[in-house]
Amino acid sequence: MLGANSFPYCRLIRRFAALIAILAIGARVEIADAQEESQNSVDFQRDIAPLLAEHCSHCHGVDEASRQGGLRLDKREDALRGGDSGTRAIALDDVDNSEILKRILSNDPDIVMPPPSEKKPVSAEGVSKLRDWIRSGAPYDTHWSFTPPAKKNLPGLPEEKPIDSFVNHQLRAKSWSPAPRATKEELIRRVYLDLIGLPPSPEELAEAVEASFEQIVDKLLQSERFGEKWGRLWLDLARYSDTNGYEKDLQREQWKYRDWVIDAFNKDMPYDRFVIEQIAGDMLPNATQSQIIATGFLRNSMINEEGAIVPEQFRMVEMFDRIDCVGKSILGLTTQCAQCHTHKFDPITHHEYFGMFAYLNNSYEAQSWVYTDEQNREIATIQEELAKVDSMVREKHPQWKTEIDRWREEFLGKEVAWSFPQFHQLESISGLNHPTQEPDGSILMKGHTSSDIFFVSKLGPQKITGLRIELLTHLDFPHAGPGRSKTGTWGINEIELFTKRPGEKDWVKHKLVSPTSDFSNQDTKSADGKKSTGPVTYLVDGTDDTTWTADRGVGKRNQPSLAVMRLESPIELPEGAEVKIAMRMTDMVGCCRWSLTDANEPSAAPIDYAAQLAMRVNDREWTESEATEVFRAWAKTLPEWSDFAAKVDELWKKYPVAATSILHLHERPARDPRITKLLDRGNWDQPTYAIEPHVPAAFHPFPKGEPNNRLGFAKWLVSPESPFAARVAVNRVWQALFGEGLLETPDDFGVRAPLPENRDLLDWLSVDFMENGWSHKKLIRQIVLSETYQRTSKGLGPSRDEDPRNRWLARGPRFRADAEVVRDIALCVSGLLHHKMGGPSVIPPVPQSVLDYNYTYPSYWKAAEGPERYRRTVYGFRKRSMPDPVTSSLDAPNGDLSCARRVRSNTPLAALTGLNETIFVEAARALALRVLREGGESDQQRIDRAFLLCLSRLPTQDESRAVQNLLDSQRKRLAEGWINAKEIATGDAALAPDLPPKTTPQDAAAWTVVSRVLLNLDETITKN
Amino acid sequence: MMSNESIRETHAKWLRRRWFLQECGVGLGGIAATSLMLGDSAVATPSTEKSPNPLAPRAPHYAAKAKRVIYIFQAGAPSHLDLFDYKPELAKRNGQLPPAELLQGYRAAFINPNSALLGPKFSFAKHGSCGMELSEVLPYTAKIADDICLIRSMQTDAVNHAPAQIMMNTGSQQFGRPSFGAWTLYGLGSEAKDLPGFVVLTSAKGTSGGASNYGCGFLPTVYGGIPLRNAGDPVLYLSNPKGIDQETQRASLDTLQQLNQMSLQQFGDPEIEARIQSYELAYRLQTSAPELMDLQSESAATLERYGIKDTSKANFARNCLLARRLVERGVRFVQLFHEAWDQHGGLTAGVKQNALDTDQASAALVQDLKERGLLEDTIVIWGGEFGRTPMVQGGNDGRDHHNRSFSMWLAGGGIKPGCVYGTTDDLGFNVAENPVHVHDLNATLLHLLGFDHTKLIYRFQGRDYRLTDVHGNVVKGIVS
Repeated sequence: MLGANSFPYCRLIRRFAALIAILAIGARVEIADAQEESQNSVDFQRDIAPLLAEHCSHCHGVDEASRQGGLRLDKREDALRGGDSGTRAIALDDVDNSEILKRILSNDPDIVMPPPSEKKPVSAEGVSKLRDWIRSGAPYDTHWSFTPPAKKNLPGLPEEKPIDSFVNHQLRAKSWSPAPRATKEELIRRVYLDLIGLPPSPEELAEAVEASFEQIVDKLLQSERFGEKWGRLWLDLARYSDTNGYEKDLQREQWKYRDWVIDAFNKDMPYDRFVIEQIAGDMLPNATQSQIIATGFLRNSMINEEGAIVPEQFRMVEMFDRIDCVGKSILGLTTQCAQCHTHKFDPITHHEYFGMFAYLNNSYEAQSWVYTDEQNREIATIQEELAKVDSMVREKHPQWKTEIDRWREEFLGKEVAWSFPQFHQLESISGLNHPTQEPDGSILMKGHTSSDIFFVSKLGPQKITGLRIELLTHLDFPHAGPGRSKTGTWGINEIELFTKRPGEKDWVKHKLVSPTSDFSNQDTKSADGKKSTGPVTYLVDGTDDTTWTADRGVGKRNQPSLAVMRLESPIELPEGAEVKIAMRMTDMVGCCRWSLTDANEPSAAPIDYAAQLAMRVNDREWTESEATEVFRAWAKTLPEWSDFAAKVDELWKKYPVAATSILHLHERPARDPRITKLLDRGNWDQPTYAIEPHVPAAFHPFPKGEPNNRLGFAKWLVSPESPFAARVAVNRVWQALFGEGLLETPDDFGVRAPLPENRDLLDWLSVDFMENGWSHKKLIRQIVLSETYQRTSKGLGPSRDEDPRNRWLARGPRFRADAEVVRDIALCVSGLLHHKMGGPSVIPPVPQSVLDYNYTYPSYWKAAEGPERYRRTVYGFRKRSMPDPVTSSLDAPNGDLSCARRVRSNTPLAALTGLNETIFVEAARALALRVLREGGESDQQRIDRAFLLCLSRLPTQDESRAVQNLLDSQRKRLAEGWINAKEIATGDAALAPDLPPKTTPQDAAAWTVVSRVLLNLDETITKN
Repeated sequence: MMSNESIRETHAKWLRRRWFLQECGVGLGGIAATSLMLGDSAVATPSTEKSPNPLAPRAPHYAAKAKRVIYIFQAGAPSHLDLFDYKPELAKRNGQLPPAELLQGYRAAFINPNSALLGPKFSFAKHGSCGMELSEVLPYTAKIADDICLIRSMQTDAVNHAPAQIMMNTGSQQFGRPSFGAWTLYGLGSEAKDLPGFVVLTSAKGTSGGASNYGCGFLPTVYGGIPLRNAGDPVLYLSNPKGIDQETQRASLDTLQQLNQMSLQQFGDPEIEARIQSYELAYRLQTSAPELMDLQSESAATLERYGIKDTSKANFARNCLLARRLVERGVRFVQLFHEAWDQHGGLTAGVKQNALDTDQASAALVQDLKERGLLEDTIVIWGGEFGRTPMVQGGNDGRDHHNRSFSMWLAGGGIKPGCVYGTTDDLGFNVAENPVHVHDLNATLLHLLGFDHTKLIYRFQGRDYRLTDVHGNVVKGIVS
């Protein structure tokens, strides 16, 4: 550092030298550079690792599959030994004979490395660094972020707080004096915007000026607005959206997850807990509804509903997206490379990628109702009451166990044998849906719905007397199905059976008769009398106008059913005959299973099919709910059941209806796990060998004593031994406050990431974060109370030129606020903002032309009116294929993918948005009236008030003059009739504004013009 | 601490910056946040010259044949078999099942691949001195046969619309990648002073791929396509609020800029300077966009050539003419989307109608550009996301999605004119010779724009991304 110390402004001077070409100074700089060079020893992580990553790792790195010549350079012993050729890549005793240098410097295109085709020659500077490094013994070092962080001793002055100790120490080394502290008013606005995403009102400002900064910070940390601001950052990572994406981009109900995130930030849920609940909340002991909602995190992936898709293809895309999301948000590692092959730079092999994938791959894509607390209490009461009925039945039948056994034996004794055909053709006539068959014979119909499905199977010699369909629950369908309607119900119009004997050309249809079921709805006619639903006889009555349904009502509708049909004339089929079953539906079935029998006169027992299914299972294996199903089905057969029936019906009628639902994870049962296979080159249709869930070997070990499943994986992700968890979280908080993270690539802590200038600070804070119970609020408090945070962002200062991006933190942070904050500022200062928390997403107004560009027109898009219209932007409806024109022009991501860092643009389109977009215009009009109402009677008083509202400070004389000029000129134009006061103030020349006393429409109009300017000031939309 | 000389220099530098911003035509991208050009992207900025304006015109890797692109995206997937690729054998075998060996490992989207073959619905004839064989429904395209290069051997990876459209436009089936237009803008910047550098025009309905078809992906926002709207404001929020006339608008902006100047003095943050410029450019756009959309100045002959009967009516023809007006004004990349070609059924009528809607104006655009001397350095691309099956879907008048082969045509900007490239087999099912994968097409287009497609890269999340991923070969056979 001698060079830098001797010439404090050498870099600055160098730049001037380039501009004005003063030779003498230029010469001095060169000398300075030379000194600096010789003083700096080569640092492996800073100088060599990036060189190897850029030029060598592709062929000589972690990935064995693409390794050339058997040489790897990422490990010292391998580099010293060399590759297959036996020549040493690094020769410590004969530096210039190191093959690595010889190859890089070779002029022979067949010899030179990297090969000319790579077009990545190593620079002269790189070669010299490599040479120096080899000379110094070629020391290797583990990448800094792959070992857990540790607290180093504070390097600075004793009186400095930890953060300032690290930062100021570095500034002193550079002989940079840090900027002074910002004024209290400036800091209050800064910390308001940072902590709650809203500016202080003039009253709050006045109050805060009297308080200590700690008091202000603590008050803001307690505000519910805090979660609305900080939750949004996590929602970027969680790729939260209100639609499914892709072509159809239909609505989804997922806002409960958004509210969960906001609530978790408000409650300062420890970050490790926060992650565990989102990755595996459903697997925690006695998981609560809230913990299940948390797993919506991984379900935020896009869902393709385009016609004719193969669902498994897009389920794999969802899986890749989930790993990508976990990589960006929690691991801080890029994982996408390892999806197709072993990572070229970071130590994640292709195999290990699928090891992590396997943890997430064993769950259902579930959707469940979300009840209010009140409703959950009602449900508990109903369940208790039902259990009481069960007890009463048991009291009357002390021998109930024996009785049930006998009843069950009788039932099983009557059961006939059914065979499950394996279908080789499973199709929809429309082609929209491609059903698949599971090993147990059941059929899944995911993807686009279709009303017309048929199945073809080749049979052995077989007699057929009857056909059975079982409608089965499956957690991949809404509320477990069995149907695919919003509530999981189904409706089947017709079932038809055809056969074709070997050698025959045409299908022969067989008449189906005498259908029976375990349950059917009452016969109900549609309003126009043309359609009927209900009885199972409708299945085979030859018309699609009638539909069999078995909807048992709220609370009971998502359970299995069955129907059995007989062939009017039983058939005997020879070897090789084919059978075709066709089914037409009004509400599509999600999961069903077909079976055939040769028994005489088969029929369905009138016992709830859930109980029938349970009775076939060994009763020692019954789950609690299976036992209950059987018990209640049995109870219904008792002569005295009529005494209870009315009460039970009454109870079920009280079952609450949920207002919304959530997409969440639900782990598959141990008896039906999903085996993960490594996909060759990441192709969904090229599975290779089975993979056990496991974590990458290069990082910390899997936590001891934890199950090797998704829950254990979640705990591994945020283990205190993790080198990533705390660093990634801390860096993200820093990024939110300073505009850039201590590491500027928040989603990539790997070897290709730049080295953080303040690495020791990042590590210190990361350890401290864990020591403080992974508390976001404590971390934020610590940062905003630092001198580093509180510096002014004003002034040119030497460091702005030296360090335009403020990487060394000599200045306070200054950057345009995030999209949501910019919009909220306008809503807030105008007084329009409506502080209601949570609930369904609010539809913002968008121009008709934006709606017209959708593939599927969103007919539900009716912009909110009244106070709802002015909710905080975090509650705005987010439609993936139609990014919100306001927030996207201010760089908000659209939720297709996890986003760890927003870019910040500064475009004319954003300018037009701020000037002319509906909500901003409404805010300008409202601000005008507010200023007239609150600002006193003179222009100057009003200008003062407006500045206090927008900028939390009074105007300077020059500023007042500028605003006064605009006011005057517009009043003149209004008076002269060039512009219409009412039209400006309300948007309607015939509509008068709601004027405060002693004001005129002309005042409102002139102030609307001024307000529009103030809302668009750089300082208004910037965290200064 | 700072010497007087340094302070003077600093101010001198500010003056220079102001001069640059005001005089050098910043373009509608505004000026990037300082972080933007120095961040991740610094590694891969295409030109050595670092400008504070991300849209400043930049030189490509080497001398380019083309400077700009008009990409006519016929979304929904036009039937190559009924438009561009005549198959007499398919006509002969109409109603027969396809050979079993052809279907090995084949996947269509909707149909069972083992469905009857469906012969071409229209007659074909040879056109131009090159003898390009085209369907009777394309009489106008027939007239520019000697100007275009027809590729009959296109291939892609996807068979569903949304993934295939973004595959075509971003080189990946995964959402979140930059579009071709965004890459072009990132590589070349824009020469348009008062208009966006990448403009999107839509006719028919919204596309399956949605905004991702022209998005910036992980590239900075300024490189994304800006839709010019058919109804309402051509650019969103272009109109002033009701009651605000031009003079009040100017007075408002003057005050805004004056106050922002005062902030600039206080903070010294170049971002403020950039904001001042952005608002100025927004003001200019309020004039330039309506001027662009106003077709009054176009001659009757021009309107007639494009088939525009009512200039106020938004349709494909008007968008073609707007495309010409846009490139005349220095816009780098214009993309038209016409989502109408998904003929699972009603094939004959559907293709005929779509041809009526698009044939004349597409040809007119090529001719118009040629006459104005713009065609030589403008690439025109015409095509969709995949082709359609030789097998029937439904009764006898529909075709399913088909990714093994399809056709596109290109013109201008270094494309070999009057050329047919690649062939398919007798049934138009597989490519028989000279396959052109999407990645090859994109590699070639970037080549014509002066880029080595393997070197136009952007580092994101530690990885160097490019439009062609790890694939793509320049198709020399279509380059003149």
